Amino acid sequence: MPTELPPFLPFLIGALLTAVTRGRLRSAVMLATPVVGGICLLGIDSGALHQVQLLGYTLTPVRVDELSMLFGYLFHLGAFIAILYAVHIKDTLQHVVAMIYAASALGAVFAGDLISFFLSWELLTVSSVFLVWARRTPQAIRAGFRYLILQIGSGVTLLAGILIHVHATGDISMGHIGLDTPGGWLIMLALGLKCGFPMLHMWLTDAYPESTPTGAVFLCMFTTKCAIYALTRSFAGADPLIYIGTAMTFFPIFFAVIENDLRRVLAYSMINQLGFMVCGIGLGTALALNGAVSHAFNDVLFKGLLFMAMGAVLTMTGRTRASDLGGLYKSMPQTATLCIIGAASISAIPLFCGFVSKSMIMQSALNEGHMVVWFFLLFASVGVLEHAGIKIPFFAFFAHDSGLRPPEPPTNMRLAMLIAAVLCVVIGTAPATTLYPLLPFAAEYHPYDATHVITQLQLLMFGGLAVFWMMRTGRYPTEERAINIDVDWLYRRILPSGISSAENVLEPAWSSLKRGAARPLNGLIALLFRYHGPQGTLARTWPIGSMVIWVTVLLAVFVVVYYL
Amino acid sequence: MLSVLANDLPALQVVVPLVSAPLCLILARWPRIVWLLCLAASWTSLAIAIELLDQVLSGGTISYAMGGWAAPWGIEYRIDAVNAYVILIVTGIASVVMPYANQSVAKEIPADRVPLFYALLMLCLTGLLGMTITGDAFNVFVFLEISSLSMYGLISMGRDRRALTSAFQYLVMGTIGGTFILVGIGFLYVVTGTLNMADLAMRLPEVTQLRTLHTGFAFLVVGIGLKLAMFPLHLWLPNAYAYAPSTATAFIAATATKVAVYALLRFVFTVIGPVIAYQDLPFGEIAKVLAVLGLVTGSFVAIFQENVKRMLAYSSVAQIGYILLGIGLATVMGLTASMLHLFNHALIKGALFMAVGCLFYRTRSVRLDDLRGIGRKMPWSFGAFVIAGLSLIGVPLTAGFVSKWYLVQASLEVGQWPLAVLVLGGSLLAIIYIWRVVEIAWFGSPSTRAAEATEAPLGLLIPTWILVLANLYFGTHTGLTVGVANLAARTLAEGLR
Repeated sequence: MPTELPPFLPFLIGALLTAVTRGRLRSAVMLATPVVGGICLLGIDSGALHQVQLLGYTLTPVRVDELSMLFGYLFHLGAFIAILYAVHIKDTLQHVVAMIYAASALGAVFAGDLISFFLSWELLTVSSVFLVWARRTPQAIRAGFRYLILQIGSGVTLLAGILIHVHATGDISMGHIGLDTPGGWLIMLALGLKCGFPMLHMWLTDAYPESTPTGAVFLCMFTTKCAIYALTRSFAGADPLIYIGTAMTFFPIFFAVIENDLRRVLAYSMINQLGFMVCGIGLGTALALNGAVSHAFNDVLFKGLLFMAMGAVLTMTGRTRASDLGGLYKSMPQTATLCIIGAASISAIPLFCGFVSKSMIMQSALNEGHMVVWFFLLFASVGVLEHAGIKIPFFAFFAHDSGLRPPEPPTNMRLAMLIAAVLCVVIGTAPATTLYPLLPFAAEYHPYDATHVITQLQLLMFGGLAVFWMMRTGRYPTEERAINIDVDWLYRRILPSGISSAENVLEPAWSSLKRGAARPLNGLIALLFRYHGPQGTLARTWPIGSMVIWVTVLLAVFVVVYYL
Repeated sequence: MLSVLANDLPALQVVVPLVSAPLCLILARWPRIVWLLCLAASWTSLAIAIELLDQVLSGGTISYAMGGWAAPWGIEYRIDAVNAYVILIVTGIASVVMPYANQSVAKEIPADRVPLFYALLMLCLTGLLGMTITGDAFNVFVFLEISSLSMYGLISMGRDRRALTSAFQYLVMGTIGGTFILVGIGFLYVVTGTLNMADLAMRLPEVTQLRTLHTGFAFLVVGIGLKLAMFPLHLWLPNAYAYAPSTATAFIAATATKVAVYALLRFVFTVIGPVIAYQDLPFGEIAKVLAVLGLVTGSFVAIFQENVKRMLAYSSVAQIGYILLGIGLATVMGLTASMLHLFNHALIKGALFMAVGCLFYRTRSVRLDDLRGIGRKMPWSFGAFVIAGLSLIGVPLTAGFVSKWYLVQASLEVGQWPLAVLVLGGSLLAIIYIWRVVEIAWFGSPSTRAAEATEAPLGLLIPTWILVLANLYFGTHTGLTVGVANLAARTLAEGLR
């Protein structure tokens, strides 16, 4: 049945219904939303489905092609898993904003023009910040504000870029933009902020670990993937992205190794994975782009799975610091197993889904002759294995026994993790029948040949060996309750202290300026008030006689002027 | 049956509300039936207005001879894009205000006077529609008096005792205005010997240089200026709006001045002709000066008001300045902006006064002090006020933005950038007086009245929100408004250059 229902509409309706229902009915509504949306999406026509005229521009809020469909399927799948994971909590705010958040992500990937995209982009920001605030701790509130400021900064930059771009080209369609114009650079900067470009990434590692256990799952699925989608759509083959992406793959590794909060480790690892995708987009060949979007697809599954596992740990124990955890496998064997599957996937072990997409990007780096880039990506892959593949499950579920014996998380949480884990394995073992047919660009690729598998296994084994050797010999950084300084230190410490010292210097000058300006200003307001205030000449109720005088005066003016 | 009636739609447009007015008094024992009757009458009027606009858009000007007497001897109803559009505004507002009236009137008017109130409301609607639809200059005066007299009655029914004095003031001023219009029409009749507008337009060019004509035009402009609250003839308006019952204020503020503006446009452009008005006589310059004065003064006075309804009334004076400014520019673009603002301002002020009516329904006061903290007690009512306020300011995606945008463009088109700056400056002043209310009503600690208030009933909220949503709809879907306004402006400006 072909349908023209905008893909974001079911989620908006779902959000509305979620707000007014309670209990089991609400759970049913929430779970049904992505299912209904997915069914509608299966039958959707391709092409520009809806067009609206606004101020002389033709907007295309819904434009369907293969690239947006891939992300459409992905977001429905991700939303279903995340909703299932979150369905047990009793927080209307979180549920409603999560639905709106998913709707705006769908709005962004199906937007056919820059203005619709911008609107979705802003809604994405505004709805997601509530998932951080919903934790309701003072840290979360403050982190949420920092997140909001940077994200709105991204929105403003995007708007400026769009204005310049549209002014220069007269084209508002959401297609290839490139870096030929200053508008293009600004748009890329805005998208880059949302997908964690180096030096613009700090909101991600700052806010995601502060969000609610379930909110983090939603957050890790949508915002950054929308940015990846938009980069693929508009900046495929832009050279700077190769190097930016490469930098993104390896710099978070160092932070991730020394970080103690396991959800923050995941946030760093997320930047690392995004680096692979950005690099693939920069390479710009069909194979690389396929690699980038399929890696985005898989990242939603395995990163979601890892965030869910850590969220389960946080829900059951109230802690996420590596130094406070350990030995949980004894009472949470199922969660531990599922977490290990996620870890195996992110480490790109053959037969798990990370392998079938990441190797595409690595292969195209080689094909394009970027040896140095390839080497860095290889290095970063070992880093992933270390901090996400081994560190996360090891410190949470094994390592030294913390003495905690929490029970397994609620059934719906386990079920959500199970679905993600099964998908990781299924895509990993049979990519040719599951993921590859969905890919938008034409490129033939077979991950399971001897070279790929053996290279990868060698890499993983020696990498793993190195990690365990370091642990045995005490060379591995021990988990400590410490705060690591990242770029956000610049604006969380230096900027405020800089401002306050500047304030001390400028304060006397400013206050004398204010005093100087205040007197004439107050005088002006007093003057205005005298004539316009409630009892002023112009505002008080006039006697009829005076009113009539005005009529006569005006008539006289008209007659005299007409006479002249 | 229907096809027979279809030929008489122009007459029915006026007759339906006219007949329902005495029926209101006959059925006075059953107030609910009276209300239903008025509701049906106003909705029927809207349906007729839509049909008429449709016919005009597809088939051009409609001429209807009243009672079968052909013009120029008989009274002719003449409908073109301009008045079809104004009729749509008036009936549209009436159709939204009428459902709102039910609960609001029951609360504010003593039970024995409710049928009287509805009868006057219907008469007022009759007068406004008649003024708009007729093609006969003397008929304009007759309908003007019908609408004015009923308006005095409506205003005097306010609970506040000052309503009586303000109604009396308006009566004196309105009568002077009506007399001036009559004198003006008399002068025109003296020089041409006809009262039919189309006929007048044909004969006047032969007598352009006559002093009689110029004096007649002066009387007409001042008389109509009184009715449309042109600065400095606006002095009756703030009190009349402030102390009238909520329903009456919402209806009058959204329609009466609009119809007066239409009458001005009709006399200036169709009857006198733009060549005489703008080239022989300096009507454009005077209009611009008065528009600017009204715009600035009205906005500043609104900032300092303590009574929200009075504040909105002064804001109306300022908004009429915008409309007059577009007329003063005398270009198609300027007229389009004015026609647009007629429509959009009706939506904006209708919504604002209805939202204030919702607040008044619970708090029994519209003083800012008493509304302290009301925003949190009545979020839906006050939310409506805020969105309509944004539209008044002219925030993009609201209706108010569209008309201001066109007005700025019209000013720039003729190279008068100081006017464009003034229009934008007026928006800044609007931000101040709207924000003042928002700050007090949303962030202030609740006053004793506000603390007891609960959300207004749905009977008030739904019509209010319909207008609020219309503000948003026409802010984004400008096809109908800009299209018709532009067509109307081009119809008016046919004689221009």
